[in-house]
Amino acid sequence: MKVALSVRGLTKSYGNVTVLNDVSIDFYAGHLHALLGANGAGKSTLCKIISGLVSASAGQMSLGGGDYQPGSKQDAEASGVQIVQQELNLIETLSVAENLRLASLPNRWGVLRMSELHRSAREILDRFGLPDVDTHTIVGSLGVGKQQMVEIAAALARDARVLILDEPTAALSGSESEELFTHLTRMREQGVAIIYISHRLEEVQQLSDEVSVLRDGQLVTTEPIANINREKMVAWMSSEEEADDDSSQPAASFVSHRRDEVGLSVQGISCGMVNNVSFDVRRGERLGIAGLVGSGRTELLRAIFGADVADSGHVLLAGGEAVRFTHPSQAVEAGFAMVTEDRKQNGLLLTQPIRANTSLAALATKFSAKGWIRQTAEAESASAIHASLETRCQSLEQLVGTLSGGNQQKVAVAKWLTRGAEVYLFDEPSRGIDVAARGKLYELFEELAKQGKTIVIVSSDLEELFETCDAIAVMSAGRMVTKYERNDFSEDAILEASFAGQESQLTTALSDDKWQNEEAKP
Amino acid sequence: MNRLQGFLKQLAPHLGLVAVLLVLVAIFSTLSNNFFQMSTVISIANQVPDLTFLVVGMTLVLIIGGIDLSVGSLLAVSSAVLGVLMVNYEWSIWAALPIAVLVASIGGGVNGAISIGFGIPSFIVTLGMLEIARGATKVVTDSKAIYIGSRIEWFGQPLPGAFVSPAFMFAIATVVLGQLFLTRTVWGRYCIAIGTNAEAVRMSGIRSAPLCIAIFAISGMMCGLAGLAQTSRLSTADPNAAIGIELAAIAACVIGGTSLMGGRGNVIRSFIGVLIIQVLQTGLAQVGVSDASKQIITGVVIVVAVLIDALRTRWSRS
Repeated sequence: MKVALSVRGLTKSYGNVTVLNDVSIDFYAGHLHALLGANGAGKSTLCKIISGLVSASAGQMSLGGGDYQPGSKQDAEASGVQIVQQELNLIETLSVAENLRLASLPNRWGVLRMSELHRSAREILDRFGLPDVDTHTIVGSLGVGKQQMVEIAAALARDARVLILDEPTAALSGSESEELFTHLTRMREQGVAIIYISHRLEEVQQLSDEVSVLRDGQLVTTEPIANINREKMVAWMSSEEEADDDSSQPAASFVSHRRDEVGLSVQGISCGMVNNVSFDVRRGERLGIAGLVGSGRTELLRAIFGADVADSGHVLLAGGEAVRFTHPSQAVEAGFAMVTEDRKQNGLLLTQPIRANTSLAALATKFSAKGWIRQTAEAESASAIHASLETRCQSLEQLVGTLSGGNQQKVAVAKWLTRGAEVYLFDEPSRGIDVAARGKLYELFEELAKQGKTIVIVSSDLEELFETCDAIAVMSAGRMVTKYERNDFSEDAILEASFAGQESQLTTALSDDKWQNEEAKP
Repeated sequence: MNRLQGFLKQLAPHLGLVAVLLVLVAIFSTLSNNFFQMSTVISIANQVPDLTFLVVGMTLVLIIGGIDLSVGSLLAVSSAVLGVLMVNYEWSIWAALPIAVLVASIGGGVNGAISIGFGIPSFIVTLGMLEIARGATKVVTDSKAIYIGSRIEWFGQPLPGAFVSPAFMFAIATVVLGQLFLTRTVWGRYCIAIGTNAEAVRMSGIRSAPLCIAIFAISGMMCGLAGLAQTSRLSTADPNAAIGIELAAIAACVIGGTSLMGGRGNVIRSFIGVLIIQVLQTGLAQVGVSDASKQIITGVVIVVAVLIDALRTRWSRS
């Protein structure tokens, strides 16, 4: 077996946080090598280092025996390392041919040579096996699956020795996935080393030659597929066997404030990928929602809050009637608050002062006298709330964009505390914030629970949910698959459940006869 | 003492703009003996009300992230309605004025409703309104200027014993009200928030559409008042009046530091922008510069004023 790419001791740190720690793997030419791991295990970081998108803090790589140190994505591409990321990099308004040749459009004195453009694009598509795609088609009019194929074809057109695919089937339908697998098989035969990230364990078992499992930035093991089964994969991804019940057992300090009365009842919500989700949260309860990235957790919260309009289903508040919100203003009116995942995109006014951000949601209800802003009350309220949250800032007039992540999050939370709500929805509340701010946030969750508020926390950090929640529900592929009470918390079980829903879709794709036949073709 | 410091601190960001104005005044005072005189002040005060009304509305529209290109045409519509009602139907100014302002407000409201309701960029919708309203003006007036005379002139002429006209005082009052609306009311705060991050405003449970439509209607209302100011100054309802004034209004706002991307603006600074433009016009005319050179210099000053402001912000940040 010929080693195409080998990485030795790769490490990546941001400040004192190490996201990838001393990882060494050999990738063989003509093999498909799957990378497995839970959210934040370091798979994406590893792939970004290999493809020149980020540089390693320590470690070496060699490509085909020679030293390999890509300074940029262009460097890596020139060396024959191609990556297809989850977000597509195509220009939707241009044709397939123009996208395929974008970096080197055939031209004479700047005038496009259309016949040459389409001839060469046709050649690329035919070689890749997409004879039914017209090179004149505008990319935006193709389905997502076809677009992904075009992107992969574009990557291969650039002379690929190593091809990295980050969750390529996440957006594909069953038949599109099959088509992709056929192409992958062909490429493998041509001697391309394929690095494949996927959360679908069945798919990994079917396709790969080797599997590497990462956990918390470290390489757990690299094994040939023959030595692996599903149970082993899940066990390796989970940290329980080593942790000796240290992190997974409920913290002794946890006090439940759960009452009998139901605070929020979600009944049969469907919205986009979210599929018929129902659950109850009682007052004073902190319900965690776990699941893989892309399992529909954010979409669920958005549908409950009216940020997206649910296709069906409704929500019920304590003592209220069943409603389906069509605008967040209705939800806020009814007593909801939602701290969004992407605070810069849809949570904060970055170029406005802390004071204006803090009062925003409560301006009309608390600080208005016939439309005039009660400025003293506004300032005093903001001052009091940031004193209690220990927000670090020069003054309340400091612009929010100049604060650190943790302090920005405190402003986002303060906005809703100022408004006051009965049901609080937190989406990834501790993303990108430091330990101190996190501790403050957990205290706040408990304080709200003590007051009898209803709290839902979506988080990719299982330890966070273990530390702060009465119960954890798990979402997978748009469904809520199971729910664990605090006594039954187990990392193994939650991981297993997170991957479970992924399978149900896939089994249908793989059991399809067509796929078997295609693979059998010469 | 602390109060004074606080006041000066609040004033500091405006000093650059005031400095530009003072430098212009100084330059023209050296170049022309007639410039630094009361008559010039009166002349400028007489000229500015039209544009001043327009920039109050324009500033608000720009802050919510929109733009209003139809202000010149809506001004002309309002003027035409005044002319037709007061001359052809012999209405009094008090009966005609509300109708004129209402018509212009409706024009602005239609801009807002179509742009916000259907998610079409206001640039395009108001560009359409620019043509429609100008055409309607010509229909209403039969493309002829209507002379109104003294029944409306008094509004644009200095009051006895004072140096300024009712139009000027009314315009200044509107600037102050506009600034108070922007900085002291819930809706003004929402406007700034919407222009900064509309999605964050939505996710904070605030419905922004009605407010945004109202802002376009307010811009239309300002066009109505500007129509009154201009008609009284010229004694005539001219269907070809104020062509291209939308660009002067936008320039004044931009000189005043209003962001075309939304979220940032200040009505008083926009008014200083109006003064800069008007001082330039009056000064250049007195110095005896040709029309062609006047245009070139005006263009240069607009860009330089914005450049100075941009550099000042960059320096104060680093």
